[in-house]
Amino acid sequence: MIRLEPRGEVSRIWPLLTPLIAILLTLASGVAIFSAMGKDPGLALYTYFVQPVSTIYGVTELLVKAAPLVLIGMGLAIGFRANVWNIGAEGQFTIGAIFGGGFAIAFHDSDSILLLPGILFLGVLGGMVWGAIPAYLRTRFNANEILTSLMLTYVSILLLNYLVHGPWRDPGGFNFPESRIFSASAMMPTLIADSRLHLGFVFALLAILVGWLLLNRSVIGFQLRVVGQAPAAARHAGFSQNKLIWYSFLLSGGLAGLAGVAEVAGTIGQLLPTISPGYGFTAIIVAFLGRLNPFGVLLGGLVMALSYLGGEIAQIEIGLPAAVTGLFQGILLFFLLGCDALTHNRIKFSIAGRFVRI
Amino acid sequence: MSARLAGAGIRSLTFIIQTLGGSKMKKRTFYKLIVGTVAAGLTCGGALALTVKTAVAQTKVGFVYVGPIGDHGWTYRHDQGRLAVDKAFGDKVKTTYVESVKEGPDAERVIRQLASTGHDLIFTTSFGFMNPTLKVARRFPKVHFEHATGYKRDKNVSTYSARFYEGRYIAGVIAGKISKSNRIGYVASFPIPEVVRGINAFILGARSVNPKMSISVVWVNTWYDPGKEGDAAKALIDQGADIITQHTDSPAPLQVAENRGVKGFGQASDMIKFAPKAQLTAIINNWNPYYVARTKAVIEGKWASSDVWDGLKPGMVEMAPYTNMPADVAKLAKEIEEAIRSGKLHPFAGPIKNQSGETVVAAGQIADDGMLLGMDFYVQGVEGSLPK
Repeated sequence: MIRLEPRGEVSRIWPLLTPLIAILLTLASGVAIFSAMGKDPGLALYTYFVQPVSTIYGVTELLVKAAPLVLIGMGLAIGFRANVWNIGAEGQFTIGAIFGGGFAIAFHDSDSILLLPGILFLGVLGGMVWGAIPAYLRTRFNANEILTSLMLTYVSILLLNYLVHGPWRDPGGFNFPESRIFSASAMMPTLIADSRLHLGFVFALLAILVGWLLLNRSVIGFQLRVVGQAPAAARHAGFSQNKLIWYSFLLSGGLAGLAGVAEVAGTIGQLLPTISPGYGFTAIIVAFLGRLNPFGVLLGGLVMALSYLGGEIAQIEIGLPAAVTGLFQGILLFFLLGCDALTHNRIKFSIAGRFVRI
Repeated sequence: MSARLAGAGIRSLTFIIQTLGGSKMKKRTFYKLIVGTVAAGLTCGGALALTVKTAVAQTKVGFVYVGPIGDHGWTYRHDQGRLAVDKAFGDKVKTTYVESVKEGPDAERVIRQLASTGHDLIFTTSFGFMNPTLKVARRFPKVHFEHATGYKRDKNVSTYSARFYEGRYIAGVIAGKISKSNRIGYVASFPIPEVVRGINAFILGARSVNPKMSISVVWVNTWYDPGKEGDAAKALIDQGADIITQHTDSPAPLQVAENRGVKGFGQASDMIKFAPKAQLTAIINNWNPYYVARTKAVIEGKWASSDVWDGLKPGMVEMAPYTNMPADVAKLAKEIEEAIRSGKLHPFAGPIKNQSGETVVAAGQIADDGMLLGMDFYVQGVEGSLPK
């Protein structure tokens, strides 16, 4: 009989080390998998994790891919700290892209310098509006925000589909479901010549800094943490639960909206039926990979982004199937959760029948 | 080299396991762990950098796929084309592919990655890769790009597609002969001209032998989603369709037809093994000759931007064997196939009327490619209205 028993005292270092150990165990599993596939494991790991960032351009692509993950993950981490479960960041991302993209399409022949700020502002606003719906339903009717925010994701994707198949379709595009291409003044400038690195990553870094200040140096941040760790104490202290729900949703929705609009006004340059390869959901993993800590989120976002880039290069260079990317992400999460469980619990072996209390 | 890596990896792992075994970790152990890990990382990085080979003087051809190579449809056939290139040129050519690439920002990175790693010719095989292909092509003027099913070209970007509608017309004739309910269920992806043209060709073929035929269309808004495609086929059969056909990439609609005892068609590749009793024939996309020819042109330095739209005659579209039908229907299908190949019959020969009865192609006329490429109306016999 094996069972898990909570440790009385959790060390301070282990929770910080577990992500690192999980990554190392993932690498070790990678060696086993690649050997079983008949590939040179050293070459495979190099191709997967080092080659993508072996050039300046590769690094910029990593940052481009990580920016939306970090932006969304930061917002989610703050909410998750307070046990506010926004699972619908994908939807807030999409609505942000629709609000900002719609503005870009409406003024497609404008070259005003106010166009881009307007697009970004509307993107943030869109995400906040979409985040406000589950917040309202939760605070007014006590509807479970996990369900409402998730369901609204599908509504937003269908709305985007309707728009690009219908009213916002490119008039010169032979009926194909794409919007017209945004004008140059609607696009964010690139930071490094001949790369796609745009302001989105700068926003992500700012979000991390502000998120850290907020959580560690502000009253509301203190309240968020207390509500998460000791709800009874928070109630006793008179912290308003509803206020924190609204706060979390507007913040995480706004950041997801910013990520969405940065994606269409940064890399894509038009509205398409699919604008996100699942950033809103991957960011949930990023938030937990980073232990809900702002700087951890930054690292988590970079690691996840690297796993996507590595998967592509591994296909090109050594013919690994695309499924390996998903496999790696799954293994990483598995080890992370496993290490977590063992940090907080110890394994007890006992003889059947004697200590069964499960 | 990998032995060194493995050695370093195992050493640091053993180290971690030992540390894990200890009851308490001291500060020094913690530093050791960090140092060990970093050292292992550096060793493997440094050692492996040497193993990256310098490019050999061979032509590199890259393929970008929207689905998995095991979709048994669209992407599968493109990958067969890649294998044909491998076979035709042996060591002179090296092919690579990236599968399941999302249309959107990822596509541009993947295409650029291929262009910057010495690929001379890159096939991007989905409509949604059009703008990313053009963007990358502007940055890599010496690399040749081939984009399937798009309409934007450049000095180093060609487009190519196949006249699948020729095969659809034959399928329509077969359906018109076989159907008892006079209803066809059509699982469609997106209301783009390509798909609308297929629907129209199908009903024109069906009505050429049975004027009572009609088509119900269900739009699934995806190219590849076996679950959705199958559900749509079930709904269509429940509404009385006894022939199922699809313009999506998986064999799911045909498998539903097999299970429900109705007939259907394979799409993009021969799907007879998924539906031995239901498949009447399949419209096969055969990119092999085109991919081989374009690779040859690059090797010989004769590649030029072009727009190719080939059908049955050059063999870009092929028909799978005519099965599960009476001999006379199979014979008729073969005759129609031959007539299209020889140019005697054109699927879009007038008179053709649209849904509201207006003549769009007069008797004795043939719809030109401009009309076919921008087709945004249903012909008579298609039920419902085209989503606009």
